[in-house]
Amino acid sequence: MDFSFLTRADIMKTLLDGLLVTLEVALFSILFSFICGIVLGTLRYTKIPVLSHLAALYIETVRNLPLLLIIFFGFFAFKEWGWELPITISVIISMTIFTSALVGEIVRGGLNSVDKGQIEAARASGLTYVQTLWHIVLPQALRRMIPPMVSQFVSLLKDTSLAVAISLPELMHNAQIVYSRYYNMTVPLLIFVSLVYFVINYSLSQASRQLEKKLAG
Amino acid sequence: MDFSFLEFYQQEFYDGLWTTISVSLLALVFSLILGTVIAVLRISGVKALAGFGTAYVEFIRNTPLVAQIFFVFFALPAVGIKLSQFAVGTIGLSIYTSSYIAEVIRAGIQSVPRGQMEAARSSGMTYVQAMWYVILPQAFKLIVPPLGNQFINLVKNSSVLAVIAGGELMYFTDVATTEADVTPVYLFVAVVYLLLTVPLSLLVHFLERRWLGKESS
Repeated sequence: MDFSFLTRADIMKTLLDGLLVTLEVALFSILFSFICGIVLGTLRYTKIPVLSHLAALYIETVRNLPLLLIIFFGFFAFKEWGWELPITISVIISMTIFTSALVGEIVRGGLNSVDKGQIEAARASGLTYVQTLWHIVLPQALRRMIPPMVSQFVSLLKDTSLAVAISLPELMHNAQIVYSRYYNMTVPLLIFVSLVYFVINYSLSQASRQLEKKLAG
Repeated sequence: MDFSFLEFYQQEFYDGLWTTISVSLLALVFSLILGTVIAVLRISGVKALAGFGTAYVEFIRNTPLVAQIFFVFFALPAVGIKLSQFAVGTIGLSIYTSSYIAEVIRAGIQSVPRGQMEAARSSGMTYVQAMWYVILPQAFKLIVPPLGNQFINLVKNSSVLAVIAGGELMYFTDVATTEADVTPVYLFVAVVYLLLTVPLSLLVHFLERRWLGKESS
C-alpha cells in the first residue's frame, strides 16, 4: 500500500485539477437540471394537453435509460452529427438531460403533495391558476422537495465519475492517469478518491438534513 | 440509418443482453441478502452493530459506483484473488445496491408502529416470531415498490461494467461502434434497455397504486 502520493505535489495537483473539473461539471449540471426539472415537473403536473404528455414521455423515457448510455450518446453521436462540442460541455448536457427527468419527478411529487383544498380555496378567493401555483403551491412544495432534490444532486456528483468512460479529465480519470504510471498506488488512490467523494457528498447530505429540520421547525 | 451491425454483431449482442440480465439478477439476489443483514444491524438496538450498519450505508451511498467497481477490480488481485470481470461486476453492483436496499427495508420495518411489536411480544411471541408474523407482512407492501425501483436502477447501473470491459449491453456498443455508425447502435441499445426497464417501472407504478394508494398520472 503506497500512500506516498499524499506528499507528492505533482500528483496532488493532478488530483486537484480533476476535482475541479468534477465540481465544475456537477455545479453546471445541477443548475441546469434544476431549471429544466422545474419546468418539466410543473408541465407534467398541470395536465395541459400535449405539453404535459410530452413532459411525461420525456421523463419516463429518460429515467429508464442508463446515464452512461446518455453520456456516450452525447459524446459520440453528437460528434457523428457534426456537433463538435468540448467534452466538458457534452457531459454537462448529458447529465442535464438525465437529471432533469428525475428532478421533474421530484417537483411533480412535491406539487402533488400540496392539499387540493388549498388550490380550490386560492382559486375561489380570486387568484388565477398561475398565481395559485406561484404563491400557494410552489412555496409549500419546494420545502418538501429539498431532501429528495439534494440526494439527487449527491447522485449527480457521484455519477460525474461515469465520464471516466469517455476520458473527461475529472477526479476519477486523473486518478487513473496517476495509477497507470505508479501501479503500486492503485488501491490507495482509489481509497483516497472515494474518501474525497465521501467527504463532499456526506457534508451535502448532512447540510440538507439540517436545512430540513430548520424548515420543519 | 444503417442497422446492419445487428447482423454482424448478432452474437455479441445476445451475449451482452444475457450478461446484463444475469448480472442484474445475481446482484439483486446478493444485494437483497446483504441489504437485509445491514437493515437488521441498523435496527438491532445494539450500538456497535447499528453504528457499523450506518457507516456502511453512508459510505457506500456517498461514493461512486465506478470507484467501487474499480476498487474490487484492483484490490482483490492485489491480495491474490483472481476473478472474472463478470464476478467483479456482480460484487461491485451487489455492494452498491445493498446500501440502498438496506434503507428501503429499514424504512419499511420502522414504519410499522412500535406498539405492534410490543403487543406481539407481550402476547408471548419471540422477537423473530413477532418480526415474521406481525411486522414483516405489514412492512412488505411498503418495501416491495421501492425495491422494484432499486432493481430498475440495478439494471441501468449494470451498464457501468463497460468500464472494466464487462461484456454487457453497454460494452456491446463499444464493440459494435468500432466499425458501424454510432447513432443507430445507441438508439437500438436504448430501446433494448427500455424494453427491460419500462415493464418493471409499470409494475412498480401498479403496485404503488394498489398497495400504497399513490396517485397515478
